Amino acid sequence: MSIEIKTNTAEPIRQTFSHTRRRFGDKPATRYQEASYDIEAKINFHYRPQWQPDKALNDPTRTCLQMRDWYAVSDPRQYYYGTYVQARARMQETAEHDYAFCEKRDLLTRLPEAQRQRLVELLVPLRHAELAANMSNSGISADCWATTITQAHIYHAMDRLGIAQYLSRIGLMLDGSTGTALDAAKRQWLDAAEWQPLRRLVEDSLVVKDWFELSLLQNLVLDGLLYPLLYQKFDETLSAEGAGDVGMLTEFMRTWFAESSRWVDAMVKTVAAESPENRAQIEAWIEHWRGRVVEALAPLAEKGPGQDALTAVQQEFATRLAKLGLFNQ
Amino acid sequence: MTDNKKKLGLKDKYRYLTRDLDWEPSYQKKEDIFPHERFEGIKITDWDKWEDPFRLTMDAYWKYQAEKEKKLYAILDAFAQNNGQQSISDARYVNALKLFLTGISPCEYQAFQGFARVGRHFGGAGARVACQMQAIDELRHVQTQVHAMSHYNKHFNGLHDFTHMHDRVWFLSVPKSFFDDARSAGPFEFLTAISFSFEYVLTNLLFVPFMSGAAYNGDMATVTFGFSAQSDEARHMTLGLEVIKFMLEQHEDNVPIIQGWIDKWFWRGNRLLCLVGMMMDYMLPNKVMSWAEAWEVYFEQAGGALFKDLERYGIRPPKYVEQCMEAKQHVSHQAWATFYQYSQATNFHTWMPSEEEMDWLSAKYPNTFDQYYRARFTFWREQQEKGQRFYNNTLPQLCQVCQIPAIFTEPGDPTKLSHRSHVHEGERYHFCSDGCRDIFKNQPEKYVQAWLPVHQIYQGNCGGADVESVVRDYYNIELGVDNFEYLGSPDHQRWQLWKGEKPLAPLKQAS
Repeated sequence: MSIEIKTNTAEPIRQTFSHTRRRFGDKPATRYQEASYDIEAKINFHYRPQWQPDKALNDPTRTCLQMRDWYAVSDPRQYYYGTYVQARARMQETAEHDYAFCEKRDLLTRLPEAQRQRLVELLVPLRHAELAANMSNSGISADCWATTITQAHIYHAMDRLGIAQYLSRIGLMLDGSTGTALDAAKRQWLDAAEWQPLRRLVEDSLVVKDWFELSLLQNLVLDGLLYPLLYQKFDETLSAEGAGDVGMLTEFMRTWFAESSRWVDAMVKTVAAESPENRAQIEAWIEHWRGRVVEALAPLAEKGPGQDALTAVQQEFATRLAKLGLFNQ
Repeated sequence: MTDNKKKLGLKDKYRYLTRDLDWEPSYQKKEDIFPHERFEGIKITDWDKWEDPFRLTMDAYWKYQAEKEKKLYAILDAFAQNNGQQSISDARYVNALKLFLTGISPCEYQAFQGFARVGRHFGGAGARVACQMQAIDELRHVQTQVHAMSHYNKHFNGLHDFTHMHDRVWFLSVPKSFFDDARSAGPFEFLTAISFSFEYVLTNLLFVPFMSGAAYNGDMATVTFGFSAQSDEARHMTLGLEVIKFMLEQHEDNVPIIQGWIDKWFWRGNRLLCLVGMMMDYMLPNKVMSWAEAWEVYFEQAGGALFKDLERYGIRPPKYVEQCMEAKQHVSHQAWATFYQYSQATNFHTWMPSEEEMDWLSAKYPNTFDQYYRARFTFWREQQEKGQRFYNNTLPQLCQVCQIPAIFTEPGDPTKLSHRSHVHEGERYHFCSDGCRDIFKNQPEKYVQAWLPVHQIYQGNCGGADVESVVRDYYNIELGVDNFEYLGSPDHQRWQLWKGEKPLAPLKQAS
């Protein structure tokens, strides 16, 4: 048996907006398409920016890479604002549950002092690196061209702030919400020898002008090596040493890294495939920054998961690059 | 580690979760990391004095915003499923949405871009984080507006190519140049323009009239967006006030700079809002309140209290504010009269008010409507009834700054057009008012760059050699479908069919 509700019908006169019709034909467009393609102003800007008079307000030449159409880059997650916040809300619900559980059972305060010290010295200082990633991605979303790319970067920027705040909460859990662990972790970031190569790299990244180079450096190379090393390998080390509960508090970061790598890969792959010039420039940038990142992570690997872990991570990263069509032609 | 130190209070905890993430760089110079912070002349001595206008962590942001989005999209789906577009007060109402989607929504995107840039370039992490949250909110607004109006686009004309039109169509250069102006300025002027002058002082005259208009006219999709965005807007307003107070408190040298920006952005905002005034008085079948009433409640009363509060910093009310007291009785009529004449070149329809609507206007504008506008509108209506709908085939002189045609009248004399000019480097530039001319004179090198649509058409930069081909080919306005008079338009005919009436034959369109 089926039941049929009579409704008032009205035949539509068109299926979608002209900007999506031109790209995808006159058929109902997805919400991602309607809210992402060709939304950004392209021509007839009124004034040159006072802060960069040699460029137009929106200008595809803020990177030296060239694309016939930057909208060729799209987000495989199909995130527009609504789907983005709903995905993150689900992740934060799980995280909230885990953080509450750790707090209730005092799981961190019951760790041996040496383990807690290790977290303060090796995990919590990453909150500062996350802030730089937050800044860079916000700046990229203002500099880059095409809404499919701008929006992915602002979501990424907010994600990094969220991660910095989760790391800070780990610190607050360790110090009983007094801030002393956060202060100690900041001293590590500022002064400890093993953190200085990374801090130098991070500060250097904040003066990189080409937005694509910056996105590549931050979101592909640095994250691509740091996340597996300090959120995966180091987590395994902690587990092996009996501090596996910490893993509940960094699960958000691992889930996030796996998910967000998808759009980073999609962007790099599409742009590299556009032309031999793009690919060559991308490979040159990766070559340049990969060395610096490995150098910056080496002292942290030494203190934490070990040099073998860093070697393994580098191999995995090379495999990832090959899948993006890089360094194999 | 868990020594006897006191547990952090909420304020300090938020500090650890935001600005304490920052550090003093030592491998790169601060000036190189924040290169945009000094050229405007604003002096910041201590970013740490920044008071967070709201304390929202990302996990809470995701949670609250996701709940709001879920509810909003449930209603948008229900609206589409039940053909909610048939339940609005009248199809004329949709023209307000056409103005909104082409004029305002792309500006939300510009706001997103502007806040994302300031969210990177301010030296204080607390202020950066507040700006980034507004950036992503603004992205939310443009996207939810597109989705709320997507269903209308399937049943009405004129909405179909809003971003293409925003970059090209003559009257859309008014809002576009406003945001281009703000975004091409430095970070402090951008925030004074958008966060303070626009969001804090004038939001109730833009956002609220459109959303109340939606509520009064049965537009469930748009009003639901409005309710959903309300708490975002409240956050944006508190940011606007904090920004201005922070800059004023940082250094006394900032005061004259900020006063200049307040004067400029108040005047630009006031000009931009004449489009809203016309929408309220003429485009809403069910009217909320008159433009003059809205101006009195939201600017004169609320703004008056605000500027009283800012007096202690040495800030006075914006220059030329007294001209607005008089102009509020005129601008909506002058704007509608202009759009009525140029409907061949707009993506929305215009019409003459009915006798009943003219009586309403007369009651709301007892000192101006009957005296200066009723006779003209009655004459046009009579001409239209005789098959001679008036269209103006010459292109108007635009103001070099606000880009509105020079249609406004002289302060103190509503029978005389207001026109100013100024010679800069041998070229004469034209303005609608003293306010716009002042803005030009303060920064001529900026405003000579303006992309003035009429000039561009005459210079042959918009495709065709005549208005019709510019409108059709460059603007992508479908002739006889998106443009011209409302009565007898395809939108009107379809509405009549839905309502079981006999569709009105289209009017002869050319004058």
